[in-house]
Amino acid sequence: MSSVMTTVTNFFTTTDPLFLWLSGGALGLLVVATLIGAVLAYRVRTPAGRDTVRNLNARIRSWWVMVALFAAAMLLGSVVTLVLFALLSYLALREFITLTPTRRGDHAGLFLSFFVVVPLQYWLVGTGWYGLFSIFIPVYVFMALPSLSVLGADTTDFLTRTAKAQWGVMLAVYCTSHAPALLWLDIPGYSLPGALLLLYLMTVAQLSDVFQYVFGKLWGKTRLSPGISPSKTVEGLVGGGLSAIAIGTGLHVITPFSPLQAAGMSLVIVTAGFFGGFVLSAMKRDLGVKDWGTMIEGHGGVLDRLDSVVFSAPLFFHLTRYWFT
Amino acid sequence: MIPLLQPALRHGLLGLTRLLVGARASWEGSAPADVPRIYFANHTSHLDTLAVMAALPPALRARTHPVAALDYWGGSALRRLVAVGCLNALLVDRTGKATAEVMDAMAAVLESGQSLILFPEGTRGDGTVAPFKSGLYHLAQRVPAAELVPVSIENLHRVMPKGMPLLVPLICTMRFGAPLDVVEDEDKAAFLERARDALVSLSRPQTQSGTQPDSQSDSKSTGQRTAR
Repeated sequence: MSSVMTTVTNFFTTTDPLFLWLSGGALGLLVVATLIGAVLAYRVRTPAGRDTVRNLNARIRSWWVMVALFAAAMLLGSVVTLVLFALLSYLALREFITLTPTRRGDHAGLFLSFFVVVPLQYWLVGTGWYGLFSIFIPVYVFMALPSLSVLGADTTDFLTRTAKAQWGVMLAVYCTSHAPALLWLDIPGYSLPGALLLLYLMTVAQLSDVFQYVFGKLWGKTRLSPGISPSKTVEGLVGGGLSAIAIGTGLHVITPFSPLQAAGMSLVIVTAGFFGGFVLSAMKRDLGVKDWGTMIEGHGGVLDRLDSVVFSAPLFFHLTRYWFT
Repeated sequence: MIPLLQPALRHGLLGLTRLLVGARASWEGSAPADVPRIYFANHTSHLDTLAVMAALPPALRARTHPVAALDYWGGSALRRLVAVGCLNALLVDRTGKATAEVMDAMAAVLESGQSLILFPEGTRGDGTVAPFKSGLYHLAQRVPAAELVPVSIENLHRVMPKGMPLLVPLICTMRFGAPLDVVEDEDKAAFLERARDALVSLSRPQTQSGTQPDSQSDSKSTGQRTAR
């Protein structure tokens, strides 16, 4: 216990006051949001209103998870963050493959995807071996999966099966692994912990989701594509996106970016996050389901909560790496 | 025996099962209740018993006994520890030499107010449900007070297909259906067919095992769900 206390004490005495203010602010915001959600859940009467509040509360709960992940990253170190993200990748891949038709011939390749590709990709992140980290899945796994499947000598839906397995690994493992990889970026002149970049990505992506939802509910009229995602509206996208970019610009103090650069980065995160959610919704429609899973009872699966981060993480990582390291 | 070994091993096994196959319970037609029940399930893989046990609420799990083969699970001290010590299994002789004793042992569990898990197909299927063996009928005749609850194990045959040593993690759902109605003077064949039908009608088409659409926002106005 005393070592935990020492860690906590050291954390508060050695950490930048700016960072403490920010974490305090984030925590306060979450508590307020949770209280509002609880009051709304108690007061709302109509079925449609109840659905909206339930959805909002699910999003607030996923914030808490994000904050908990981030706190674990700060207090327990980067290896814990890596293990947590590896677990998220594993669970997301499990959701994806569960909904994907597979045949006997795919079995060996899928086994490798779960028990070799996931640990290896995160090990590559942890060793900082950028060269292999960035091509391991798009090159080696890309070829290994169909090579293993073809040994099953079963041509039924071969292209479809292969493509779906490759997509699963790309989304759940490759794209997701770029979020914790931010902790290993070595940025000259940037003295704050790398976990703050991860916090920045998560905050902008999640706030963008929530603001788009809230703006859409309040002022949304023009539906973007009712056949794919009925809750997405033009008003929500513009209002929510701009709000998230404004906050992302304000948060430039925890990044190596200037305010203008931070605005550009936020624009990238918001745009990629929007398309991530949109593309994954289209896939769900194609597969005939509403949610990727039931991990969080009634609130969908891991992929439902990660969809915006899945697309924005690799872009944010590569832009930051290219221009700031 | 080390006192904490069995609970630790039990939690470890059930936790590992959840990490691999999710083992989500979906009560559709019956609710969890501490009454004597015969849960009868389709046999899809080696993980069936663990998955059904992991899906049961802890209070019921402690009073539920999977019926397992004595020749395999009684074969070594370790297997016996896992089956009997961790999973409360009732080991039965399936050679046919001691049918009366087996029936007595199963009936005794039900008469003491506890429950059983049975796999009446007797053998592992490949996603289809084979005809039932007659043990279920005789047990139901012997203890008419016990509820017969069908449990459809979904997706688990994809996790570990027959003859495949490797395991692919997928989310598996246990669907607990409505208890079978009691029908007076039903003959054996009709009863077994009815029980099997109850199990088959519980299962959903595979690869579409996600949450069915409900009233939440995203489910409205789809109009283009693909049927496979």
